[in-house]
Amino acid sequence: MSALALPLAQLEIRSRTGGTCVSEDGFCPGWIVDNLDRYVQPLLEHIYLTVISVAVGFAISFALALLAHRSGWLTAPVTALTSVLYTIPSIALFLILVPVTGLTALTAIIALVAYTQVFLFRNIINGLVNVPEETKDAARGMGLTDRQVLWRVEMPLAVPEILAGLRIATTSTVNLATLAFFAGAGGLGAQIFQDITFRSNVVVAGGLAILLAALFDLIFLGGQRVATPWRRAAAT
Amino acid sequence: MAAGGGDMSMPIASLFTDAIRFIFVPQESVTGGVQVGGIGEISSLTANHLVLSAAAIAVACVIALPLGLWLGHVGKGEFLAISVSNVGRAVPTLALIAFFIAFVGIGFFNVLLALILLAIPPLLTNTYVGVRGVSPDAVDAARGMGMSESQIVRRVELPLAVRSIFGGLQLSAVSVVATAILGPLASVDTLGTPIVSVNVYGQAGLLGAAIVVAALAILVYLVLTALQRAATPAGLKA
Repeated sequence: MSALALPLAQLEIRSRTGGTCVSEDGFCPGWIVDNLDRYVQPLLEHIYLTVISVAVGFAISFALALLAHRSGWLTAPVTALTSVLYTIPSIALFLILVPVTGLTALTAIIALVAYTQVFLFRNIINGLVNVPEETKDAARGMGLTDRQVLWRVEMPLAVPEILAGLRIATTSTVNLATLAFFAGAGGLGAQIFQDITFRSNVVVAGGLAILLAALFDLIFLGGQRVATPWRRAAAT
Repeated sequence: MAAGGGDMSMPIASLFTDAIRFIFVPQESVTGGVQVGGIGEISSLTANHLVLSAAAIAVACVIALPLGLWLGHVGKGEFLAISVSNVGRAVPTLALIAFFIAFVGIGFFNVLLALILLAIPPLLTNTYVGVRGVSPDAVDAARGMGMSESQIVRRVELPLAVRSIFGGLQLSAVSVVATAILGPLASVDTLGTPIVSVNVYGQAGLLGAAIVVAALAILVYLVLTALQRAATPAGLKA
């Protein structure tokens, strides 16, 4: 095979042992309990892909947004570029990157980082831009330098929007990472794909992916509440 | 890279040239005996891909647009209209397709149904948000001019929400076109066929199909962007 040998090529239904429920591709609680351990590794890979991709994606988009916020003209081209990038189906991007960076987690992470940009950049820049001009004027009037205005006024006020962006980026990364096995990076998707007609397998692997997304969602929701005490005060 | 990264016998450039050649010139399959690829097969797979995607989006529009317009107009169901998107985003497309294959069945209509479910949330949320974003003054003015409720929806709220609706349409289209790649897992031929059946189509087929589907998705996005411009009322264009 060439350098591109995909795991798909070796796709075969793994032999499973169990009663008639299992041989009939059914939903078998007994089998699930006995075989939960085979989902641990894919789940960890999935968490790894998600956390690394969102962290790196955030660092890049944060730097880009600061640059765009200062320059003013950078926002439109970066937004357009990230939107077009986002339209490329993830499977296609994974496969196109494989010849360049190989069947590795790195390949998947590069693509996943690219996909986070559309949400993260947009929300960070919106958060900064939406800070009322009077607020910034007041800060300048109090003698704050531009740098202090950015870090002490604009940034804290942009936090809710930034966290909202992180929330969307993370759930969508969990979703896209189920296809990361096309880049040879494993994850829960590999598990789904391996035995896609077996109901028990589909429910457990798919369910874990959905739970993971929901868990990250709750974490960021909690973060949003903690980071915006004034909103809670207004609500009560 | 396979074999511990040592196998660099094929330079990157030639992998891509082979892939491009696969798109235009039929060649013998890996398994032997059959001609695969070439502009003929790629065109027909592209057509299948587009028909499946367009059908899913059309049905999703028929369901989500009236519902979103109505909910937005009466100002009810915010929780439903908003959270359907959050839930939709959290369900991995592969899990959705796998669920259909394992529990519902394979074939065109099952895949179509899965894609419709995928396409509804962004359309519904964006339609709702677009209508809710219409200034109450504009609606009051329309009412004052003697418009009926259905005239208000069609002549005031819909045109003013058109930009947001197209935003939802783009999101739906992007995810439907991307997920249609998984069609062959449920025996529906699309541009995903050379990818899923790489053992028949070979690496050139896999990469060639990936390139075509990426180009197709960008094209769909650009067409929808142009349509959005055309459909936005002149008064709303900045």
